[in-house]
Amino acid sequence: MSTAIEHSTYNYKVVRQFAIMTVVWGIVGMLVGVWIAAQLAWPLLNFDLPWTSFGRLRPLHTNAVIFAFGGSALFATSYYVVQRTCQVRLISDKLAAFTFWGWQLVILLAAITLPLGLTQGKEYAELIWPIDALIAVVWVSYAAVFIGTIYKRKTSHIYVANWFFAAFILTVAVLHIVNSMQLPTSLTHSYSIYAGATDAMVQWWYGHNAVGFFLTAGFLGMMYYFVPKQAERPVYSYRLSIVHFWALICVYMWAGPHHLHYTALPDWAQSVGMVMSLILLAPSWGGMINGMMTLSGAWHKLRTDPILRFLVVSLSFYGMSTFEGPMMSIKTVNALSHYTDWTVGHVHAGALGWVAMISIGSVYHMIPRLFGKKDMHSVDLINVHFWLSTVGTVLYITSMWVNGIMQGLMWRAVNADGTLMYTFIESVEASHPGFIVRWLGGVLWLTGMLIMAYNVYMTVSSKASEKAAAQTA
Amino acid sequence: MDINVFRGLMSVVLLFAFLGIIAWAYSKKQKKSFDEAANLPFADEAENDDPNQDASSSLENKKHD
Ligand code: HEM
Ligand code: HEM
Repeated sequence: MSTAIEHSTYNYKVVRQFAIMTVVWGIVGMLVGVWIAAQLAWPLLNFDLPWTSFGRLRPLHTNAVIFAFGGSALFATSYYVVQRTCQVRLISDKLAAFTFWGWQLVILLAAITLPLGLTQGKEYAELIWPIDALIAVVWVSYAAVFIGTIYKRKTSHIYVANWFFAAFILTVAVLHIVNSMQLPTSLTHSYSIYAGATDAMVQWWYGHNAVGFFLTAGFLGMMYYFVPKQAERPVYSYRLSIVHFWALICVYMWAGPHHLHYTALPDWAQSVGMVMSLILLAPSWGGMINGMMTLSGAWHKLRTDPILRFLVVSLSFYGMSTFEGPMMSIKTVNALSHYTDWTVGHVHAGALGWVAMISIGSVYHMIPRLFGKKDMHSVDLINVHFWLSTVGTVLYITSMWVNGIMQGLMWRAVNADGTLMYTFIESVEASHPGFIVRWLGGVLWLTGMLIMAYNVYMTVSSKASEKAAAQTA
Repeated sequence: MDINVFRGLMSVVLLFAFLGIIAWAYSKKQKKSFDEAANLPFADEAENDDPNQDASSSLENKKHD
C-alpha cells in the first residue's frame, strides 16, 4: 500500500483497506465454505473435534462471507461512491478509520468465539452480546460518516447509489439493535427479551431484512455506480430507479414470514408474508432491468471487458434468485422446498451469483484507481476468474436444485398404508453425489479468489505507472 | 376508529403515496434534474483528470436518447 499516493480530495486510505480486506475475507470465508461442503460429503473431515465440527464452522462460514467479505465490500464501495458522487472527502478520517479497525475486530472476535461454541443461536445474529454491542457502536459510526458526508456534499443531487447505501446502513442499524435486545447473564451468555413465536417473528424480520438490506439494497447501491461507470454510460432510467427504490424499501419489510411457513406463527401472518414476497418480484426486477438496460448500445463491451461481465452476470443471477424467491414463498411450493438443499441453492444463487460477483466486479474496477495504476495487472486473469466463478455458481445451484427436489419428494413419499417410504438416512445417501458437485463448484470459486488475490497483489505492487499515480483520481 | 377501518384507510393512503411517487418521478418537470443526477458518476472526472477515464471524459452528459 506504500506505493499509493494520497488523493488530494478524497480519503482513499480507508477504501483501500476495506477493498484489500474484501479479497482476504472472501478467501477465508469461501475456504470455510469449501471445508463445510466437504464435511457434508465426507463427514470424516469433522475430525471428531468440537471446534472443527460442522455445527460450529457453519456459522463461521456465514459470518465470514456475509459480514466480513460482503461487509468489507460494502464499506469500501460506499465510501468510494459517496465521495466521488458528492465530490467531497469523508466527513471524518478518524471516524472512518475507527469503522475499519472496529469492523476487523468484530470479525476477529467472531472467528474466535464461533469455533469455541459461543453463540446466541439466532441465525445470522449468532455473535454473543459483547460483540453485538461493539457492532452497534461501529455501525452507528458508519452511519455518521456516510450521512455526514452526504450532508456536506458539493453537488446539488444525492446520486441514487447513495440512497441505496443510506437505506442499507440505517435499516441494518435498526434491525441489529432490535433483534439484539437481550438480558446478559454472564459475559458470554444472555437471553433474548422476546419469547416464543414473537422471538421467531423478530428473528426472521431481522433475518429477511438482512437479506433485503444487507445482501440486496447495499449491493444495488454498488450496481448503480459501477455498472454505469464500467459501461461508460448513465443508468438507463433514473426515474425507474426512484420508483423501484421506494417500492423495494416499502415491501421488503413485510416479507419475513415466508421463512416461517407452517410454524406456530399465525396463519394470516404467513399469508401476508407470501403475498408481499410475490409483490417483491416487481421492484426486484425493476432494479435488474435498469442495470441491464444501461448496457443498451454498449453490449459489444461485454466481449472485451471481463469486469463488465462480472457486473452483468451478477444482475442475471439477481434476477434469477428474486424470481426463485417469490416462487419458494408460495406455501405449497415451500412445503416441498423448506429444510431441503433447494433453500441452500437459492441462498448461493443470491450470495455467489449476485453478491459476490458484483462485489468482485466493483473491486476490480476500484483497485487500479485506488492505487494509481492504469489497469489491473492482467485482464486475462480477470477473465479466468470470471469463468471459474460462473461455472462454480452453476455447479453449486444445479446440484442443490436436484438434491433439494429429491429430498423434498423422498421425505413426503408414503406407502399405501401411510408409513414413510424412505428413512431419512436414505435421503442423505441419495444426496451424496450432489454434495460432491457442490463442493467442486466451491473449489472453482475459491481458485478464482486466489487468482484475484495474485492479480491484486501484482497490481498494487507494480511500479509500472508511478507517473499516472501522481495525477490519478 | 375500528382497527379495520384504520387498516383500510392506511392501504388507500399508501396506494396514493405510491402513485404520487410515480407521478412525481415521471413528470416532465423533473427530467432535467434527473439527467443531471444520472451523470453524477461522471461529473468528477473532468476536474480530476483521471487517467483511467480518458475515453469517457469526452462523454460527459451522456444520455439515453
Ligand atoms: C466457495 C464458496 C462457497 C461454498 C462452497 C459454500 C458452502 C456452503 C455450505 C456447505 C453451507 C451449508 C449448507 C447446509 O447447511 O446444508 C453454506 C451455507 C450458507 N452460505 Fe455458503 N458457501 C460459499 C460461499 C458463500 C458466500 C459468498 C455467501 C454469502 C455472500 C454464502 C452464504 C451462505 C449462507 C447465508 C448460508 C446459510 C444458508 C441457509 O441457512 O439456508 N456462502 N455455504
Ligand atoms: C424477491 C426476492 C426474494 C424472495 C421473495 C425470497 C424468498 C425466500 C424464501 C421463500 C426462502 C426460503 C425460506 C425457507 O423455506 O426457510 C428464502 C431463503 C433465503 N434467501 Fe431468499 N428470497 C429473495 C431473494 C434473495 C436474495 C437476492 C438473496 C441473497 C442475496 C436471498 C437470500 C436468502 C437466504 C440467505 C435464505 C436462507 C435463510 C435461512 O433459512 O437461513 N434471497 N428466500
